[in-house]
Amino acid sequence: MPFESTIDVFARALSDPARPVPPQTMGREGRPDAHRFAVYRNNVAVGLIGAIEARYPVTRRLVGDAFFRAMARAYVAEEKPRSPVLIHYGAGFADFVARFEPARAIAYLPDVARLENAWVEAYHAAEAAPLTLAALGKIDPGEFGALRFSPHPAARLLRVSHPAASIWAGHQGAGEPRPPESWRAEDALVTRPEADVLVRVLPHGGYEFAFALFAGATLAEAAETSADEGFDPGSHVVGLIEAGAIERIR
Amino acid sequence: MSASPARVAAPLPKRGGVGLKADHVDQILAERPDLGFFEIHAENYMGDGGPAHRRLEAIRARYPLSLHGVGLSIGSPRPLDKDHLKRLAALAERYQPGLFSEHLAWSSHDQGFLNDLLPLPYTRETLATVCDHIDETQQALGRRMLLENPSTYLLFTESTIAETDFLAEIARRTGCGLLLDVNNVIVSATNHGFDALAYLDAFPLRHVGEIHLAGYADAEDDAGRPLLIDAHDSPVRDGVWALYAETIRRLGPTPTLIEWDNDVPAWPVLFAEARRAELAMARALGAGAGKELRHAV
Repeated sequence: MPFESTIDVFARALSDPARPVPPQTMGREGRPDAHRFAVYRNNVAVGLIGAIEARYPVTRRLVGDAFFRAMARAYVAEEKPRSPVLIHYGAGFADFVARFEPARAIAYLPDVARLENAWVEAYHAAEAAPLTLAALGKIDPGEFGALRFSPHPAARLLRVSHPAASIWAGHQGAGEPRPPESWRAEDALVTRPEADVLVRVLPHGGYEFAFALFAGATLAEAAETSADEGFDPGSHVVGLIEAGAIERIR
Repeated sequence: MSASPARVAAPLPKRGGVGLKADHVDQILAERPDLGFFEIHAENYMGDGGPAHRRLEAIRARYPLSLHGVGLSIGSPRPLDKDHLKRLAALAERYQPGLFSEHLAWSSHDQGFLNDLLPLPYTRETLATVCDHIDETQQALGRRMLLENPSTYLLFTESTIAETDFLAEIARRTGCGLLLDVNNVIVSATNHGFDALAYLDAFPLRHVGEIHLAGYADAEDDAGRPLLIDAHDSPVRDGVWALYAETIRRLGPTPTLIEWDNDVPAWPVLFAEARRAELAMARALGAGAGKELRHAV
């Protein structure tokens, strides 16, 4: 059998347990051996499940090891990595969790998974020195309204309908988890100005403002995203800079 | 981040090394253990930046480095992933490893990346494909690579070439070196019922640039025969140490890596395993010196 066909049969049988052990393989008896082929099937599944477990530790803690493993097993059966760079694998897991029937009762679970994915993306993002308040201080305040900013490569904005950031924060460390102080939707900002990934909850209006700035709006344009009387764009931009969310003035 | 210090691609010292684990880095940097080198899985460092690269920069500033790929799929009938070759070349350029190695295996197909080192038949046709892939890799990286012998759990009915001959012919045609994984020899020898020493006899040792040692796990096949799994989750077994000593007696001093990637132990345990390899290497050389001398005379 040509090389291509042999590998094709092998690969299909690996991914589909209903298929027979490839007939062109053999154990010591000279015939296909289910235990032997199962080692490869198991390696593929266990390796990919391990990648999902490593990426979503709080999601795993929330549902327990056995439930998470079953959920991850279903995900890896459906979604194989498109690249050998596994640090990018599992980015779509939150959407899968949202569709995963047995997890439907835990409505906040996909949001926590979204936050954990943003955390991993920030962790591996490119290095860049963030903009400092000192650098902003050198600019004539009369020009502030026309300023545009480039977001830091690690900065991620997240709007979720549950207190996912507070749940996530309450599950850091080995101690007893802390419940969120109030049960409400949260907007989160994930940054990594230096080595450590930082997660913070944005104040009211902060998400729309930051979203507009990151999309290339001027400071004045971004300020118009809020209809609130007392909205102070200055405090929001200072907050973003202090979080390391902005790389530079464009 | 500050500019990387200037460094040269020093060859790996003929000593013990271990796989670099994130949890060990702080202790390593604080204690500066006397170790020959660290090895990394290339794919774990293919993010753009962040703590993984910061740790690796710090380690590379103090130790020689071996770059070990696990995802290139050299043994696939399909063309190599050009983007992946570029990523490997960029890593090699940045970190200047003493050597680069990959596997005689495949891992990607239509379904995507399967995240395991999967076996291939050994025929004239597969030999030609693997050699083309190694030529392409060595060209893309601008350096000679080492190819590792696999651990396998089954054989292909269509194979017509012995694994050792297959590897020897690849080395002859492409000029690549070989990575001899002694644990893989024991695992495959047990799984297929051949003599590990005979495999060593037939192995083209003159091409070997690095040795891997690891722990295996025990299972059984359909007939209830022992089936060893290349698990990298435990200490190196006695039979592997014995074959390692014999390999060193024949090969001379060689960079030797302890692979322990799952259930990773505390740093002192892993470090002790690497020291044990160095001790075993020294003992084997001491015991073999007389024999070598007789050969010389």
